[in-house]
Amino acid sequence: MTKYTGKGVYGAVAMGKISVFKKQDTAIKRIHTEDSEEEKKRVAEAKQAATEQLQSIYDKALREVGETNAQIFEIHMMMLEDDDYNESIENIIDSQKVNAEYAVAVTADNFAEMFASMDDPYMQARAADVKDISNRIIANLTGNVSDGSAGDDKMIVCADDLAPSETISLDKDKVLAFVTAHGSSNSHTAILARNMNIPAVIGVGSKFLSEIKDGDFAIVDGFTGEIFVDPDEKTTAELTAKQKADEEKKRLLQTLKGKENVTKDGKKINIYANIGSVDNIGAVLLNDAGGIGLFRSEFLYLENSDFPTEEQQFHAYKRVLESMAGKKVIIRTLDIGADKQVDYFGLKKEENPALGYRAIRICLTRPEIFKTQLRALFRASVYGNLGIMFPMITSVSEVEKALAMCGEVKAELKEQGITVSDSVELGIMIETPAAAIISDKLAKLVDFFSVGTNDLTQYTLACDRQNPDIEQFCDTHHEAILRLIEMSAENAHKNGAWIGICGELAADTTLTETFLRMGIDELSVSPTFVLKVRDAVRNIDLSK
Amino acid sequence: MKTFSYTITDEVGIHARPAGLLAKKAKEFESVCTIEKGGKSVNITKLMALMGLGVKQGDTVTVTCEGADEDKASEALKAFFEETL
Repeated sequence: MTKYTGKGVYGAVAMGKISVFKKQDTAIKRIHTEDSEEEKKRVAEAKQAATEQLQSIYDKALREVGETNAQIFEIHMMMLEDDDYNESIENIIDSQKVNAEYAVAVTADNFAEMFASMDDPYMQARAADVKDISNRIIANLTGNVSDGSAGDDKMIVCADDLAPSETISLDKDKVLAFVTAHGSSNSHTAILARNMNIPAVIGVGSKFLSEIKDGDFAIVDGFTGEIFVDPDEKTTAELTAKQKADEEKKRLLQTLKGKENVTKDGKKINIYANIGSVDNIGAVLLNDAGGIGLFRSEFLYLENSDFPTEEQQFHAYKRVLESMAGKKVIIRTLDIGADKQVDYFGLKKEENPALGYRAIRICLTRPEIFKTQLRALFRASVYGNLGIMFPMITSVSEVEKALAMCGEVKAELKEQGITVSDSVELGIMIETPAAAIISDKLAKLVDFFSVGTNDLTQYTLACDRQNPDIEQFCDTHHEAILRLIEMSAENAHKNGAWIGICGELAADTTLTETFLRMGIDELSVSPTFVLKVRDAVRNIDLSK
Repeated sequence: MKTFSYTITDEVGIHARPAGLLAKKAKEFESVCTIEKGGKSVNITKLMALMGLGVKQGDTVTVTCEGADEDKASEALKAFFEETL
């Protein structure tokens, strides 16, 4: 048995025979020719053929991995049309009196070099895209277009590196796994493998490729990035078990998609997702969350070098609301301060930032920042089902002030003739012991509560959550915390509000039953935990 | 000539996909549209040059449109930046 290690880009286990993917011999000869016009004509024809092939690859990708991932081939088609690229090819043919193949290869090297020399690893990986399209033109020029068909058996495809178009061209039903000696996890090939749900390990190193041959038996562990060639019995048994468990888990989760979050005795609960950027919406929908229970608006501030404008914010909120198509979207207003610092806010350095100038405290003392955000939120409210919640609440007067600001902003917008939804729910985070203790009074003011268990734990147990040395004292299941949550739930329901949990504890399935018994109405968790929590809910029987 | 400046908020900046979409958008217009970052200016319709500019989150770029339909072009590009970048 020989073990190799690379980087796993899709977690799954595959076992089978190795097939070494051979690239065509692309050694390009420089041939002198006087007939430049003929060479340029050949390039045009090869480009035309390449575009047609890319169109059919794009169509295949569209069916197999979806539009977002198929777009790269549209980009490839556009790269083929790039003026600079084409001028460079023609210039070389004209000025050096050389063959088309050579001109394309030199141009490809130059452009790939430009990308490779950029300081951003994502852009460096684009060099592979330039090479991919150029090799396609060259293949068409030389008449060596492969159809990517493999043998009859399912194989573990091993290659030096795979271009995106090579990856998608492989027959998915015949590929057990991809293993490449080189390549980065930023490459489109890695992204495609992930979306094709095929275990893939990249960057295993050249030694691997020189030591394997077609037909060798191997096991690929996409979780750990390990490859075992000619595995021993013990390893085979272990990984077979791992493969079975993983397949069972995936099957279970797949069967849970579209199912209700309901206990055996018929109690229903909402399971929403927490996200921190517009880019995460895909994961929310993929995992079948019923809504967004916590949208952290901080990203808009953290990503900017100055205060985000009302317009910028409006577009971001509108996009989230539209993408969720009528499902609940709860956006938390600015929660800057403490561990999340932004230079342009000009916040003073504090001795004790967790207990300092943060979140709602900034919003209420610097109303211009808060108002800009509220205006953007209410303007976006007509595009979906919006909820707004305020973080770090400790008193009735803070809530009253925040609500008054909402009222002002709404009136102002209406006066300006801008439509505002009348069904926006307003809520607060319960993340301080103070808020939980006076939750009876707070519930009368708002539509909902959302318990932020991370801060609630830190403040209740007086335990800094950033200090690893006191982790043993930071018992997230501490009775004090559970009592505060229970108390908040009772007070919410008595006073006509609903209550959810959006902290890490919401995904802790050892507590799901406890939360259901408390009457929690909603759990908001990371997108990848939605189905796991649903599974837990569906196995609970509250009548027992 | 129409000009506007914009600071990129998108996490990954003008990477392959948005660059492709942006170049496509600019091609809809007759006007010559250029984008400038740190003293380097390229034609927006030239995809590879646009990607080569390496525009990242937090970078401020200046877009200039010049031609018969410059008003429309500038407006459309501005909307594109605000919506996706």
